[in-house]
Amino acid sequence: MKVIHSDVLVIGGGLAGLRAGIGARRRGLDVKILSLVPPKRSHSAAAQGGMQASLANSLKGFGDNEDVHFADTVRGSDWGADQDVVRIFTHMAPKAVRELAHWGVPWNRVRAGDHQVIINGKPVTLTEDEAAHGLITARNFGGTAKWRTCYVADGTGHSMLYAVSDQAIAEQIPVHERMEAVALIHDGSRCFGAIVRNLINGELIAYTATATCIATGGFGRIYRVSTNAVINEGMGAAIALETGVATLGNMEAVQFHPTGIFPAGILVTEGCRGDGGLLLDRELHRFMPDYEPDKAELASRDVVSRHMENHIRKGHGARSRFGEHLWLDIRLLGEEHINGKLREVKEICQYFLGIDPARELIPVRPAQHYSMGGVRTDAQGQSRNLQGLFACGEAACWDMHGFNRLGGNSVAETVVAGMVVGESMADYCLGAGGEVPLSPALVRDFYRREQAHLDSLCGRGEGEKAADLNREMQNLMTDKVGIYRDEAGLSEAVSGLQELLERSKNLHASPAPGANPELVMAYRLPRMLKLALCVAEGALARTESRGAHSRVDYPQRDDSRWLKRTLERWEEGASSPVLSYEPLDVMKMELPPGWRGYGVKDHIPHPDTEKREQEIAAIAQREADRFARQEAALPFKHLLPEQFRPGNARYKETDDV
Amino acid sequence: MSDTAPVTVEATPRTLTLEIFRYNPADPASEPHFQTYTLEETAGMTLFIALSLIREEQDPGLQFDFVCRAGICGSCAMLVNGTPTLACRTLTQSLDATIRLAPLPVFELIGDLSVNTGKWMRNMSEALETWVHSQEAEDLHAMEEKMDPALAESIYELERCIECGCCVAGCGTAIMRESFVGAVGLNKITRFQLDPRDQRSDADFYELVGTDEGIFGCMTLLGCQDVCPKNLPLQSQLAFLRRKMARTGVAMTFQRRPGK
Repeated sequence: MKVIHSDVLVIGGGLAGLRAGIGARRRGLDVKILSLVPPKRSHSAAAQGGMQASLANSLKGFGDNEDVHFADTVRGSDWGADQDVVRIFTHMAPKAVRELAHWGVPWNRVRAGDHQVIINGKPVTLTEDEAAHGLITARNFGGTAKWRTCYVADGTGHSMLYAVSDQAIAEQIPVHERMEAVALIHDGSRCFGAIVRNLINGELIAYTATATCIATGGFGRIYRVSTNAVINEGMGAAIALETGVATLGNMEAVQFHPTGIFPAGILVTEGCRGDGGLLLDRELHRFMPDYEPDKAELASRDVVSRHMENHIRKGHGARSRFGEHLWLDIRLLGEEHINGKLREVKEICQYFLGIDPARELIPVRPAQHYSMGGVRTDAQGQSRNLQGLFACGEAACWDMHGFNRLGGNSVAETVVAGMVVGESMADYCLGAGGEVPLSPALVRDFYRREQAHLDSLCGRGEGEKAADLNREMQNLMTDKVGIYRDEAGLSEAVSGLQELLERSKNLHASPAPGANPELVMAYRLPRMLKLALCVAEGALARTESRGAHSRVDYPQRDDSRWLKRTLERWEEGASSPVLSYEPLDVMKMELPPGWRGYGVKDHIPHPDTEKREQEIAAIAQREADRFARQEAALPFKHLLPEQFRPGNARYKETDDV
Repeated sequence: MSDTAPVTVEATPRTLTLEIFRYNPADPASEPHFQTYTLEETAGMTLFIALSLIREEQDPGLQFDFVCRAGICGSCAMLVNGTPTLACRTLTQSLDATIRLAPLPVFELIGDLSVNTGKWMRNMSEALETWVHSQEAEDLHAMEEKMDPALAESIYELERCIECGCCVAGCGTAIMRESFVGAVGLNKITRFQLDPRDQRSDADFYELVGTDEGIFGCMTLLGCQDVCPKNLPLQSQLAFLRRKMARTGVAMTFQRRPGK
């Protein structure tokens, strides 16, 4: 048995995992990062449009600050988010952008003087300050009160990932590529690393560690139509679930992005609409203002995606041989803008659709995009059930997105969470966690169990093919656990998935030596099915509509019964997750539940809401200074590592909220 | 499969013949050979779709690498009819009905169409120190340093490289000289040289690439420019770097330390 020990083992080499690893490394710890693919190929690279941070350097960002970003994020989450975590996030996001600038990200910059933009379909001239020339600029995104999304053309994630990955190389952090964690080593209360399969030669290795961090991204590939990369199968969340101890949070909260190109589902950025692009129907009518007079195309993603699906159901979809879709029109932005700021979009349109988006319309339809749910952690990124297990980024649910994530908040989250969780893993290793002895017998048991499991998959003469079960799972999820959900469909999905899980016990792979992709699919598929069941069962149980979780049979958001977070745990051998709930305390909210400013208005209020609103109003009256007001409403600085507590400098600090 | 695009093809679908390089280094019984698969073309079919279908329906053991399947991550470079390119965004309708697929040369073979570009790129990054070298303290709470908007855009032009390896596979020097850093590495040097946040001098860069493993190894065949899927300006950047490093080398010979 090959054993490799580290202080910190990070599973996942995307932005979140790399940044967490750098943080721990800078505290003097021995860090190793495992990645399914070379880290620069991680799905973080696909983030196009940008990263939200309230720098407020450009004209349309003036007046922005942490408070405005906080309110936008909480409204976007449909009050599902943990407001402590949203505070940590909005406070840290400007620091993250500036750190990345220091590391080499070529953020687009403010250009002084006049420039033409498109707002609400019409050309407008903006005049940027002379004194702001050269500061980091921002574009508009959905669900935000200010232009806050910092960007590098439409290759923001690419530039960020390259800067952070190169920084990890500079810090001499080993990244063990083409390595897959297949089980966490744990004793029921503490995690000690992972059993890992080498995806080049098939070898099993025990990576033992004091702190283990899941940073494996989302699980979009349980759906048939997804913007996600093919590696986004949620294996990190799945092995956490398979401990039987760690919980996953809000798995039913799945985001559908309005503009996946049709039918491939490849993403074109929200920046298309942020920069002025419009959604049109088969009559080339701009329909979003009919539904959302104020925000139109730039309401939150859950709201826009629902209106699009609904508009298609009403018969306004354009027809094609693959089915119905709508159009994204960015022609009005002009060739120069598209060639400069939306060039990845242009390439995608050229290569996959054979069209020039400066001249032609882009066929789009909502596609699965983001997993708000994931490994449930506290505000420092540690599992509440399994000590020494941490999670960050899309794989985690610490929970800053609640039931809907705003565009531009996920790449921002990856880096911010990495900054926070890197420190908290270091604190753990240098504190009590580092004292706990590791049992070699425990490691050996887990190693043998995984080896036996892989052998058994290859040992059967014949059985089910993973590719068949995978297709059926993806169809069930897209058809029955999609944008609109109801009891009948969800029940069918649950029983269908349970049947597939049962059949998966008979999966078979050839015993070919080496990488053996057939075996890979055979051991991943039951894990994907468990995640799919967590999504479907969580969705079936939640009899309300909140954010991206939309029940046609329960269309209202019901704060009186459902202002709580879903937790799911999986007992070994079970065919369903164990559900429990964690209430959100209205009396601790800085922003009590209300109307989001877009979408439907008819929620059922929580009995404490009015009382908390009065308290917050009294604080606002008492405290004139925004920082004092904030501190009185929701103190959060104590949750941050000390070096991150100072405030953020702004070009123009105003209290104009 | 869902990953199809609405591109019109002829009424009668073509039958595609894919001749795919097969070899599993982990299997002592495996011999390198080409294996032939046939499948029916569908509208908007890419090589990603075709290979995924072959793996799902005909040969679950076939090895290849796709990640984003959208032309942005650089995982899937391979030789398509002898030319290095990204398979995920190559439409089969742009090719003849018989398509020959082979792994990229130069890189270590993992199996079939899968090669270890990651290991090569990490070695290159370590050798060329492809990160911003700065002595400035990181103050995360203060205003960022200003940068001219046009300069930021120029840096991004060079940063669009996705490390797919096509330029290395298409390079005469790289095939002959294992330690050559390739257009990918040389382009990165021009990117950091352009970036005022990187405080390295021309002499520092000369130490890294003023050799036959670096810029002086380039034979200006410019296969790199022809095959780069991101259309990076490799020809002009390599020429620029060669002139700059030649001048720096001369200056260093006369013991003058040139500024940046």
